[in-house]
Amino acid sequence: MRVRVLVRPKAGILDPQGVAVEQALPALGFGGVTDVRIGRLIELEVDDPAQVDEMCRKLLANPLVEDYEVQLLDGAAGTAS
Amino acid sequence: MADAGLPTVEEAMALGLTRGEYELVCEKLDRPPNQVELAMFSLLWSEHCAYKHSKKLLMTLPTEGEFVVMGPGENAGAVDVGDGLVCAFKVESHNHPSAVEPFQGAATGVGGILRDIFAIGARPIAVLDSLRFGDPGTSERSRFLLDGAVSGIGHYGNSIGVPTVGGEVYFEEPYEQNCLVNAMALGLGEREKLVRSAAAGIGNILVLYGASTGRDGIGGASVLASAELGELSEDKRPTVQVGDPFEESKLLECSLELLEAGLIVALQDLGAAGLTSSASEMASKGEVGIDIDVAKVPLREADMEPFEIMVSESQERMLCVVEPGKLDTVIALTDKWEVHGTAIGTVTDTGQMRIFRGEELVGEMPVVALVDDCPLYDLDPAPPAAPIYPPPTATLDPAADLRQALLALIASPNIASRRPLFEQYDSIVQSRTVRRPEESDAAVLQLPGGRGLAVSIDGNGRKVAADPYRGTIGVVLECASNLACAGAQPLGTTNNLNFGNPEKPHIAWQLTEAVRGLGEACRALEAPIVGGNVSLYNEGASGPIYPTPVIGMVGRLPDVTRAGRLGFAREGDAIALVGRFSPALPASELARLRGEALPDGLPDVDIAAVRATQEAVRDAVREGALSSAHDIAEGGLLVAIAESCLAGDVGATLDLGACEDAWSALFGEAPGGFVVSGDPSAIARLAEHTDVDVIGAVGGDRLHVRAGDGEANATLAELREAHRALARLFP
Repeated sequence: MRVRVLVRPKAGILDPQGVAVEQALPALGFGGVTDVRIGRLIELEVDDPAQVDEMCRKLLANPLVEDYEVQLLDGAAGTAS
Repeated sequence: MADAGLPTVEEAMALGLTRGEYELVCEKLDRPPNQVELAMFSLLWSEHCAYKHSKKLLMTLPTEGEFVVMGPGENAGAVDVGDGLVCAFKVESHNHPSAVEPFQGAATGVGGILRDIFAIGARPIAVLDSLRFGDPGTSERSRFLLDGAVSGIGHYGNSIGVPTVGGEVYFEEPYEQNCLVNAMALGLGEREKLVRSAAAGIGNILVLYGASTGRDGIGGASVLASAELGELSEDKRPTVQVGDPFEESKLLECSLELLEAGLIVALQDLGAAGLTSSASEMASKGEVGIDIDVAKVPLREADMEPFEIMVSESQERMLCVVEPGKLDTVIALTDKWEVHGTAIGTVTDTGQMRIFRGEELVGEMPVVALVDDCPLYDLDPAPPAAPIYPPPTATLDPAADLRQALLALIASPNIASRRPLFEQYDSIVQSRTVRRPEESDAAVLQLPGGRGLAVSIDGNGRKVAADPYRGTIGVVLECASNLACAGAQPLGTTNNLNFGNPEKPHIAWQLTEAVRGLGEACRALEAPIVGGNVSLYNEGASGPIYPTPVIGMVGRLPDVTRAGRLGFAREGDAIALVGRFSPALPASELARLRGEALPDGLPDVDIAAVRATQEAVRDAVREGALSSAHDIAEGGLLVAIAESCLAGDVGATLDLGACEDAWSALFGEAPGGFVVSGDPSAIARLAEHTDVDVIGAVGGDRLHVRAGDGEANATLAELREAHRALARLFP
């Protein structure tokens, strides 16, 4: 089963990466951008999707500072890379 | 002022105040405190800010001396290093945040101590750290905490470009639940340009600059956010503080430029208790009042309550006092560095701390009540009736011979090479580092003009647990011995007192005895305390941590090219045991491996004799007379010699002669012993100044020792393999 995990900084947590991008965009002429938050996307092929939540809590995300969301993709295996 | 919904005494107690303290607050205000005021009192009257259980003890410590330029009470202490320069330094703990989120906890610990250094106008030049965890080999939690803390320290220090030049780490069971993360920083500044934190000048403006303010680290104060904490919506919960070293780098450059340009009257960093503590302390030191408008504070989250803004511990923020005529220039400079300053308040002559939200007055308290009127408590010390700490878990086979014990000691997590940890740190950025970890007992940094600065940080909780008074003296002596081996004379000392709950008589006794030892040793060494920190209530479910005073000492040496090394350097050099060394096994590292219970007390220490030995070793190192000098610490004489062999990649042959007890002689520990090597004539000259016993010679590819009937023999390869024990935990 192909699974996608979206990891984001928790609301209210300082996100230095997001702040840096938010400050850099106006410098490139892009106005009207606020509240930039940067997380990460993890895709994995797993035999047992029920384990993904625990994987997130133990390794893929840091639950103290990050929220995560697990998406089950189509049963078909993802494209090989 | 709105008085609807005043907090109750129960809420005050949930925030950590006692009933008596709450009543005292009411008396000082002549009315019950509102939400904002209670949040501020509860923090400023906490142990962390008010030192209410430790201040009376700390006042007994020596704080003045020939080299002291700035003593306790400012953001950091400072000592004179000559040529109009001062070294600013301080150690601080971040134990509890690190126990929750070790990476960010340790990273923000480094960030906080760096801000203390540049808040007095010194540029940070080095970081050291002192860490305590449970056994990383058997405890998953300890591995997690160790990994996180070490990478957090490296992340922050490496990113901001301040070298991590030294440190120490111990792994002992009492730290399993409550780890310790203490960070020390050093800075270099011009004596004439140091700045203090006292607010002054009625009508002057308070400018906040740096990061925006979020709900970071709003600890107990969240009780105020809702009567039912359990129903707090997720986004109102306090959040873990996240450090941003790039922001701090801008903050640092901006602060130093503001000072260099003479634009500010006073400067203070925002640390624990955020604006509350910074503004109140600036007002208290300047004996003035301060008005703050929380509506002007730039926020990361729009809907923050005034009390949240006042107690937020968001990182990378500074507060300065500016004359009105210079405000525009200051704001322009903060904009240039992208740390956007905002005028948030004014200095007044009211003696009151007044908090506004726009026009609305939301809190008003006398500064004196906030900062100075917290009751100080007398401790109720009593030695424990029964041992507090269970014996450590035995890991050494009782039938082990001398050789097996040596290899087990070298492989002990408390002695094994720290390379897997310190190689995650940049130890040479800024190009000032002359002696890196494992090259000398102390880190050595170059000063202008070819002089040098040496620094060491030390602690040994197990010895302090066995005897708080003598154990603490031993730690201070160890620190000074490390400086002596580098060739440095102590200038000043900083300390972090990590203890359990001082309201318990036996912890109070540990604290009282440790501070007595600390004061006595610092007085005898003329290395006064210039600053420090206290971290109490370090207890886990299974009991208190070992009492752990962590000592940082800074010294100077006249010629940095002669900074001492710990490794044997030349085949044929004589090896000597220096000092009046009376090794004993109780509370030693070997005793720990054997699982022996802690003794009740340690042998007496002759501080003056140890100091005389330190001076003799230091002078010999300064003359360049010795090839190596190494202080005998954990594991005793033979481990010290093995470390000198490993550092120099050469063997040694030793004969201790007639020897009543080879185990004590080889593995016993005590303050005041050194292993030096050098030309036999240089060793003979050293013998004119202190006790010197030539015990062997450098050479070959193995360590061979004979002590009475006992004998041990190990190749360099075997020693090196044992010494790599920690690397196996970091595959």
